[in-house]
Amino acid sequence: MTLNTSRRGFLKGAAAAGAFLVIGLKPDGVLAAGDAGAQINPFVKIGPDGKVIAIIKHFEKGQGPATGLSTLIAEEIGIRMDQIDYEFAPSNAQLYANLAFGQFQGTGGSTAMANSFMQYRSAGAAARAVLIEAAAQAWGDDPASLDIVDGEVVGASNAAPIGEFVAAATQLDAPAEPPLKSPDQWRLIGNPDVRRLDSAIKGNGTAMFAMDVHLPNQMIAMLARPPQTGGLVSSFDDSDAKEVKGFIRAATLPNKAAVAVYAENTWAAMQAREALSVEWDLSNAETRDSSQIKDEILAALDAEEEFNVLKNDPAPMDQATKIVEQTFYFPLLAHAPMEPLNCTIEANEDGGITLHDGAQFPTGPHMALAQIFELPMDKVRINTMLAGGSFGRRATPTADYQVEAALAFVITDRTRPVKLVWSREDDVRGGYYRPAFGHKVRVGLSDDGEIVAWDHRIAGQSIMKGTAFEDFSVHDGVDHSSVEGVSDTPYSIPGFHVGLTDTKKATSTLWWRSVGHTHTAYAMEVMMDMAARAAGRDPVEFRLAHLGDGKDQSRKAEVLKLAAEKAGWGNAPDGRTQGIAVHKSFGSFVAEVVEISGDAASGVKIEKVTCAVDCGIAVNPDVIKAQIEGGVGYGLGHAMRDEITLTGGVVDQSNFPDYEPLRIGDIGAIETHIVPSAEPPTGIGEPGTPPAPPALANAIAAAGTVVAFLPMVNDGVEFV
Amino acid sequence: MSLTLKLNGVDHTVEAEPGTPLLWVIRDELKMTGTKFGCGVASCGSCTVHVDGEPMRSCQTYIEDVEGAEITTIEAIGETKEGAAVQQAWQELDVVQCGYCQSGQIMSAVGLLTENPNPSVAEIHDYMNGNACRCATYQRIRAGIQRASEILEA
Repeated sequence: MTLNTSRRGFLKGAAAAGAFLVIGLKPDGVLAAGDAGAQINPFVKIGPDGKVIAIIKHFEKGQGPATGLSTLIAEEIGIRMDQIDYEFAPSNAQLYANLAFGQFQGTGGSTAMANSFMQYRSAGAAARAVLIEAAAQAWGDDPASLDIVDGEVVGASNAAPIGEFVAAATQLDAPAEPPLKSPDQWRLIGNPDVRRLDSAIKGNGTAMFAMDVHLPNQMIAMLARPPQTGGLVSSFDDSDAKEVKGFIRAATLPNKAAVAVYAENTWAAMQAREALSVEWDLSNAETRDSSQIKDEILAALDAEEEFNVLKNDPAPMDQATKIVEQTFYFPLLAHAPMEPLNCTIEANEDGGITLHDGAQFPTGPHMALAQIFELPMDKVRINTMLAGGSFGRRATPTADYQVEAALAFVITDRTRPVKLVWSREDDVRGGYYRPAFGHKVRVGLSDDGEIVAWDHRIAGQSIMKGTAFEDFSVHDGVDHSSVEGVSDTPYSIPGFHVGLTDTKKATSTLWWRSVGHTHTAYAMEVMMDMAARAAGRDPVEFRLAHLGDGKDQSRKAEVLKLAAEKAGWGNAPDGRTQGIAVHKSFGSFVAEVVEISGDAASGVKIEKVTCAVDCGIAVNPDVIKAQIEGGVGYGLGHAMRDEITLTGGVVDQSNFPDYEPLRIGDIGAIETHIVPSAEPPTGIGEPGTPPAPPALANAIAAAGTVVAFLPMVNDGVEFV
Repeated sequence: MSLTLKLNGVDHTVEAEPGTPLLWVIRDELKMTGTKFGCGVASCGSCTVHVDGEPMRSCQTYIEDVEGAEITTIEAIGETKEGAAVQQAWQELDVVQCGYCQSGQIMSAVGLLTENPNPSVAEIHDYMNGNACRCATYQRIRAGIQRASEILEA
């Protein structure tokens, strides 16, 4: 293709060729440029108008990757944030794998920025290189003399928008290892003024979540599910449902797990489901009370451990002159994302299907749907949409709700799209909970207040065993997600022993924002405070004394000191009490100081939370602050008052009135300080959550009451 | 039954049974999806719309009770000065995370500022208590209302 330097002629030619400059990874991993028709899977598209589109391989549930990954591409090309837009990548595990997961596309473990940082910068830099090369050829300039600034290629005597070079650039080979900008050249990475790209649409009602899909002629399907985990449909009677206007029909799913109720609209589906009468086979259903599950866990803490996690000797308690002991219990918790689970399936003209979904793990439902519909993978398409929160719930090893939708669709004549909708009650009662866990910790102190022995017993239901992710997390029988945050603590603890016992399956369980750290951080950090008090030492000084040499140790110490300094540690105003906690998770270090007024008996008010975070290079500082604010709120709200309980296997809670979310008046203020860092970026979606509940517990303990059985309202704490 | 709803200044004739929540007529029949379903029991505020200028939970508002009323949704709230101020403040402060509850947050915030242009923190907490945000963006919602109040005073 010859370069047409006339702008009008160029645009005409580009439009005719459908020219989009596409930069992405070829299957062999080589960065390449080509046009949109080529079989290249892009991270970057540039229209002839110069508008750059970042292709986001991670889903957006509010944690910020759409903005974050776009920032990387905009930075490397040399454009402003108002010159970039984003779209979500199709499901393709070869091309859009999470590099932290292997050949699997998905968002989790706070890895979106960590695994994409170099990949997206390289993709942006490759786009920059071919655009500059195309401009150099057009102008007869040395490429080294050209730059891209605010979307224009700029040389000594020429300047033109990048859109003018798109068609020519598509004919060039991108360098395999394009040079990246150095930190001193960054204008967007680390800039606190960069705003979210999805703010406007989420404030004016135009943002499209999966729940907002309206395909022509679609049916709404809601499922009548068994009252207890493991129940199956015996029979149903839909005669009353037939009285509901808009009801279409009811049918048992092929796996007998539920009865699908089809209707013309959501309200009719809700009413018809209410009118349906189902007989259940509960012979294999869970029938226990959650108190029995709790008793089993607490008993396991006192019995012989199943796994010696660190494969070392018992903690030498005989060397201690003082022993501090505490048992902890953490209940089942639901995720309850604001957008109830849903997805839509339609048949395509080519015989395939499309799933419209806020897909957190596209590869999972992709494989499951290919199997259910007996289709090759390339005939199953996934349209990833914005997700109204997740906290882990939209990623299940079983692709649970997408499989439900597929089963509800596969038994129809497939002429009408089926949109599966969960109600809030379905969500709260639907399983996939943060498993209940117990910890029993004994800390031995010497006469001079040093830790000499630490015996840490953990019992609970493994999240990963028996799932497709078992190999990823389970080694020598130990599910790392049950002990993470304890067995790998950066603290220097002499005489450390960790024992784990798996308890038997009670209900379906799942990772929940920060996974094992949801309970391990609490046990570790409350124990550190109890040990410090027993030793008569300041909690900050005591922690620092148990952080030895090493990078992790010094990073953990830095956030601890920063949070303490910013919170005015030790100088709380009259009537206020402070508690501190620090924890490493997902590669990041977060310390939080919770300042309360009142006490457990008179009523605790959370006045202020001061946070310090080290998550490596802070790509979008304001998004990082928002994630810490949200992580603190998510952790505190549940620790204060939430639990899922079972009576005879039936979930007692049903909706927000009895699974009460954090409310606006619950926390006075949250202040976040970011440690400047040149380390590679690490997680931010989850690390704000783990330290918040123990910091609150330590504040309440400093005011007189140790709280070890969650939620706190069940352990003698009133909140005002 | 057939009835006429006046939504964002436009009359819409819809077919729906008495007792149908306004939420589902707005979303499924009129296909205006900015108003969200979160709980169905008026416990989260995601479905908040204005009926004659007052915030109402549309999941618990029956259509026959709002025939003839002026109904405003998130799609048109920016046409009011309070709505424009709140949307501007929300963008300046990047209040949103997942964004699913934010239509309802904004509709309630506009209701608050219309009635009380300069609310105290306690008044913000009291008025906004029924709007849940699972992402816990509350700190920025509070700041967003305070910023919108400044914009309105300017």
